[in-house]
Amino acid sequence: MTSTTSGPEGSGPTELTGLTASELAAKIAAGEVSAVEVTRAHLDRLEALEPAVHAFLHVDREAALAAASRADEERADGTPPSPLAGVPLALKDVLTTTDMPTTCGSRMLEGWTPPYDSTVAARLRAAGVVILGKTNMDEFAMGSSTENSAFGPTRNPWDTDRVPGGSGGGSSAALAAFEAPLAIGTDTGGSIRQPAAVTGTVGVKPTYGGVSRYGLVAFSSSLDQAGPCGRTVLDTAMLHEVIAGHDPMDSTSVDAPVPKVTAAAREGATGDLRGVRVGVVREFGGEGYQQGVRDSFRAAVDTLTSLGAEVVEVSCPHFEYALGAYYLIAPSECSSNLARFDAMRYGLRVGDDGTRSTEEVMSLTREQGFGPEVKRRIMLGTYALSSGYYDAYYGQAQKVRTLITRDFEAAFAQVDVLVSPTTPTTAFRIGERVDDPMAMYLADLCTIPSNLAGNAAMSVPSGLSAEDGMPVGLQIMAPPMADDRLYRVGAAYEAARDAASEVPLLDRVPRLEVA
Amino acid sequence: MSTISRDEVAHLAGLARLAVSEEELNTFAGQLDVILDAVARVGEVAADDIPPTSHAVPVTNVFRTDEVRDGLSREQALAGAPATEENRFRVPRILNEEA
Repeated sequence: MTSTTSGPEGSGPTELTGLTASELAAKIAAGEVSAVEVTRAHLDRLEALEPAVHAFLHVDREAALAAASRADEERADGTPPSPLAGVPLALKDVLTTTDMPTTCGSRMLEGWTPPYDSTVAARLRAAGVVILGKTNMDEFAMGSSTENSAFGPTRNPWDTDRVPGGSGGGSSAALAAFEAPLAIGTDTGGSIRQPAAVTGTVGVKPTYGGVSRYGLVAFSSSLDQAGPCGRTVLDTAMLHEVIAGHDPMDSTSVDAPVPKVTAAAREGATGDLRGVRVGVVREFGGEGYQQGVRDSFRAAVDTLTSLGAEVVEVSCPHFEYALGAYYLIAPSECSSNLARFDAMRYGLRVGDDGTRSTEEVMSLTREQGFGPEVKRRIMLGTYALSSGYYDAYYGQAQKVRTLITRDFEAAFAQVDVLVSPTTPTTAFRIGERVDDPMAMYLADLCTIPSNLAGNAAMSVPSGLSAEDGMPVGLQIMAPPMADDRLYRVGAAYEAARDAASEVPLLDRVPRLEVA
Repeated sequence: MSTISRDEVAHLAGLARLAVSEEELNTFAGQLDVILDAVARVGEVAADDIPPTSHAVPVTNVFRTDEVRDGLSREQALAGAPATEENRFRVPRILNEEA
């Protein structure tokens, strides 16, 4: 991507903030620009735009500049620790960091600084990636709009009256606002892919177990997966390789070589998809999908065909039950995981005045520390797991999970990747769905199956919807540990998309008012 | 299948240690009803002979080698505590009878 012009007020990306992570990395490696200069440019832009966007919950300017300075020293010594050394990044506030608070967007953890680094944060630091700060999110990653943050919503840089998706809306907005070239998200039901889709950015949920969950504050342990976000497929691939790989600290971490995703992105960018079999999921994309999303998806499939891919329709008959299974399994695991917030060892404590029992203090603290969506899910999960309802709800949902996994296995016996729209609609308006939980849940309709089955999935921008000018995402799904296929197909599609358009997609992000 | 009453919601809140207000009970009862109606669709799938999946990848217990390693120091472990006393977590009384 080329940089856009910068207005005198600096509301467009500057020369440095307009570059991709791979371009920045190359310039830093060649000594054309220092990591400190790159980091300072992003911090300056971020500080100017944050009043309008609110992508970050914490920014640590001094720590970021110190990390950048270390990256510069390592380069001068001839020992850069990774290809992304010196490149800035926005980290979702659900991953623990010893030098910054980790709140998960919740009053429960306001001001809490964890005693250990998540493996993701540790690997980023070891790779010389510069962590600018922690990004806003729906409380404990429950939501699809970032409106459930206890610290106020994040706004979509394409239209600040609209949501940036969720739960990782801070990370997606930081990318689309050119506040950071890279970001980390976590995806339990679509929280990386749906925000990517509605902000015109790229997000990948790796295969379950592909990236360590150590230090990822758990929402639904059998579904949670951290992953890379960027503005281009290649940048996302480079970040994927930094954070992925076996971790003995996570018992569900897959002990297998990391798929060669950067090589796959470079190969894909040559634009040849001959021999690649692409399956269009029949169950996703009809009634209930916004017209602009359907049009964009159809055009994206035509583009894949023109690149030589063999496109067929595939049926996954149990996907229509995925949403129901998810909203039983995820709340059940959440009700168990969030029991740890007991007001005793860390986090908020309310009402401990010497007259109340531990149980009363616990209940008051959880009442005041959790927002409405978290409470809804805790109670839903408590209900689904209670005796008398267990078999009909949680037990049945686990069987549906098996059937969805079998649908994927049957589909991947016929094709190499599956495609669908990432979300049924473009970004909705702030406040539009906040009082209607089911309407909010529908935003994750197409992304949930890959969480239930644990396979890899990507959202890559497929242009703008005609009726509202908002970004649309193409979802690509691949079998477990075949994450490289996402990058090959995604990079090929991205190159063809930009070649067919006069202005690269992200150069069309409107300029934001600088406070 | 569903129709969850206000009393049931109050019971669930108690089980989950959530001191919900009267107003919240009304709101949550209505919302949980709508959600349960929607998710109950999983019951339409004939799955009697289908094994349940609890995890997407086969999970086996993982052991590390039995060697001494550093853990958190006492100071680190207590650093985030709402209240401490004599290098321990201080908690409110846990028994109801008089001390």
